[in-house]
Amino acid sequence: MSKTLRINGKPHQVDLPDDVPLLWVLRDEIGLTGTKFGCGVAACGACTVQVNGEAIRSCQLPLGDVEGDITTIEGLGTPDNMAAIQSAWVEHQVAQCGYCQSGQIMQAASLLAENPTPSDADIDEAMQGNLCRCGTYPRIRAAIHSAAKMMQEA
Amino acid sequence: MASLKKIARRSFLVGSAAILGGVAFGTYKYHQPAPNPLEPGAGKAVLNPFVFLDQSGVTLIAPRAEMGQGVRTSWAALIAEELDVDPNAVNVIHGPAAKAYYNSAMMAEALPGRGYNASDFQHSLGQVVGNFSKFLDLQVTGGSSSMKDGFERMRRAGASARETLKEAAAQKLGVSRALLETKDGHVLAPGGVTLSYAELAVEAAGIAPQEVELRPAAQWKYIGKTVPRIDMVAKVTGTAGFGVDTRIPGMKFAAIKQNPHFGAGMRSFDASAAEAMAGVEQILDLGDAVAVVGSNTWLAQQAVNAITVDWEPASYPQTTEGLFAEIAASFDGSANSTLRDDGDVDDLPEGAEVIEAEYQLPYLAHATMEPMNATALYTGDALEIWAPNQGPTVVQKSAAELAGLETEAVTVHTTYLGGGFGRRIEVDYADRAVQIARQMKGTPVQLTWSREEDMRHDFYRPGAIGRYRAAIKDGKAVMVHGKIAAQSTTQEGAGRMLGLPMSGPDKGHVDAAFNQPLAIPNFRVEGYITKPMIPVGFWRSVAASFNGFFSDSIIDEMAHKAGRDPLEFRLELARAEWEPGAKVLETVRDMSGWSGKTPEGIGRGVAFVYSFGTPVAQVIEVADQDGQIAIKNAWIAADLGTAVDPRNVEAQLFSGLAYGLSAACFGEITFDGGAVQQENFPDYDAIRMPSMPRVEVAVLQEQKHMGGAGEPGTPPAAPALANAIFDLTGTRARRLPLMHDFDLLS
Repeated sequence: MSKTLRINGKPHQVDLPDDVPLLWVLRDEIGLTGTKFGCGVAACGACTVQVNGEAIRSCQLPLGDVEGDITTIEGLGTPDNMAAIQSAWVEHQVAQCGYCQSGQIMQAASLLAENPTPSDADIDEAMQGNLCRCGTYPRIRAAIHSAAKMMQEA
Repeated sequence: MASLKKIARRSFLVGSAAILGGVAFGTYKYHQPAPNPLEPGAGKAVLNPFVFLDQSGVTLIAPRAEMGQGVRTSWAALIAEELDVDPNAVNVIHGPAAKAYYNSAMMAEALPGRGYNASDFQHSLGQVVGNFSKFLDLQVTGGSSSMKDGFERMRRAGASARETLKEAAAQKLGVSRALLETKDGHVLAPGGVTLSYAELAVEAAGIAPQEVELRPAAQWKYIGKTVPRIDMVAKVTGTAGFGVDTRIPGMKFAAIKQNPHFGAGMRSFDASAAEAMAGVEQILDLGDAVAVVGSNTWLAQQAVNAITVDWEPASYPQTTEGLFAEIAASFDGSANSTLRDDGDVDDLPEGAEVIEAEYQLPYLAHATMEPMNATALYTGDALEIWAPNQGPTVVQKSAAELAGLETEAVTVHTTYLGGGFGRRIEVDYADRAVQIARQMKGTPVQLTWSREEDMRHDFYRPGAIGRYRAAIKDGKAVMVHGKIAAQSTTQEGAGRMLGLPMSGPDKGHVDAAFNQPLAIPNFRVEGYITKPMIPVGFWRSVAASFNGFFSDSIIDEMAHKAGRDPLEFRLELARAEWEPGAKVLETVRDMSGWSGKTPEGIGRGVAFVYSFGTPVAQVIEVADQDGQIAIKNAWIAADLGTAVDPRNVEAQLFSGLAYGLSAACFGEITFDGGAVQQENFPDYDAIRMPSMPRVEVAVLQEQKHMGGAGEPGTPPAAPALANAIFDLTGTRARRLPLMHDFDLLS
């Protein structure tokens, strides 16, 4: 099917079968490779993007069901103009291999939008679907608290 | 990048190689002539290019796999330390596959000896043996070796480049080199004259490399400090290029289906259903596997799933039970090694109490976050590969053989790695991409494995059995006799990597068992090798991942049987053998406020393992949370001698802990019908945010020699947790994963 997606504020015309998951539309069709493939079964969170501000697993959202504005890691901020949450990630030197971090950040950004001052328990709850095999969790937690503070002060 | 390949080659021939109006520096010289494929018979010094300079500025080459351990930053910092540039202000790249980038430290690990008690002579012998690895083309990242490897070499590369640039400036300005200084990528001359390194590139190219003494530690600006990681901004903005992010104009996407029975062939396949599916362009017979090439990875994946294949069966035992029966049967043969044999384990003092324990640990997958993948373009007379890999020259050699090309006709681009943990020291994923590319001449193809393919076609951490007999008397350890049986990663994995049969006593097989710095008067460790069955490979900390559990668990059992405090018991044994071991135990004791007593509902365990040159002690605290066991806190102390970047080492240590805890709690690969039963993260889970303990890390820099960082944090995690659970529940875990015997909060 031919469909126009709104991604990071820009329209993208795509022509692919209905059942192709958004993840593979982003990566292989549009060339937005910041969103990662990890498991294909919504078990790792590496493919997390936001649709209308809500964190979703893009590996499970078929193209035919996509409705609304999509934000990917590329839309959150750029190397020259990072979002507060990305700056917090840099401040805490969170990433190791870095492969899961796009998904971690998109999930955390969604949490902060909903809950500007999350407790540790809130973070556990919101982030439990995002796997990191390097085990960067302690620094992710610290970065989320820092980002919350930065966003409060902004 | 092509020009850099040329630089790597050409700089074998000359000192400061003039390239395209730039210059590449390298300084590390061998005392013996090296066989040089580019200039056969030459007895010239071999130079390694690590600093590249042209009019656009300085490029540092950090030819080690960046898989999360921060090597690109720390390696660049070592060069920058002497070169006087800011690692974050210059370009740092991985560079091409080249023999010049061999790993000098990994072979040194293979030397006999326990490591911790090595003399200076043995360490310098390590350097000599290290030279041999260049004959084996070993440009590999592994064995927690990068900083040991680069520590002196890279500072020398930086220092020589700096002095050569100063000499170039001296000649240009007509002043003595002694009057010149360097700062932030510039040569400073008297009278306020400054010349950027880039401005000096052409002149420097004509000057023989200058040698100079290295700066003393007191003058270090980067070593021992925290350098912001040069890959961090890219990794938080989705702009870091991993293997799967490779995009070449005209590129197609591929999916693969391989035989779940390792080493077995393919009888036939039926692709009729797949042929008509959307996005399918080619269906390829790879001999022992089948692939679909198409317009989109997911569509190719759907199509490959629709292909039915008649696979040949496995030739090894079909089930987990059958495989472990083989492992157990290896104890009936003769020992491959007895690398520790102190005292007499059969002559116990009167009144000694004996403990016997058998531990069993499962096969494990690496489960890197980025599934196996590679991209390849075959043009008939050349091959280009983009792969997240830990061994560029190994990838290159294997690809050349597969494609029937000379090694020089194969270019390997090493991307960022979405996790390595030893999995990407293998080259099977790159080989598969090459097999596909060969049938798609002129078209670049990216092959991405599904998670299911990745999990079911790994080179696994071997399943292992440890049979221990130990004795205590009057509260003291008097004897430990350990027998360890498993498939050998050294023989199978290193043999595969080097293309050489490995023989003799296998030190790697008994690492973290025979070489524990504990003063036990009667101490014997025997290694038994099980024949190859399941493909096994290097898994973060290799054999120390199981031996650490055996070695430390038996000590904990002895301490409890002796009625001693488990931390004090270890401390006494460590102090009498090697002070740095005692120091890390004292450090975790103090950090955790260890009192030897825990309140109702709380359990604490300690573990102490020496591996990859680094002693590590960990204390883990668990709590009973409504009948479930929660991992609450962890304290880690490690002594690396010199920590090039302590904040990064801290990250490596808690990362190692997390990797070890994931395996301890949930990790197991089991077999039925000769195939792996686990397929994806739901049945091979890991520590997640709620199950990760709060962690405090102490990085000590007191021991004489430099220890590794990437792996030593892993081995103590499982025993520390099991020991904590024993403290909480009174039940001893002699097998992993713990989820089978305990209700873990996850």
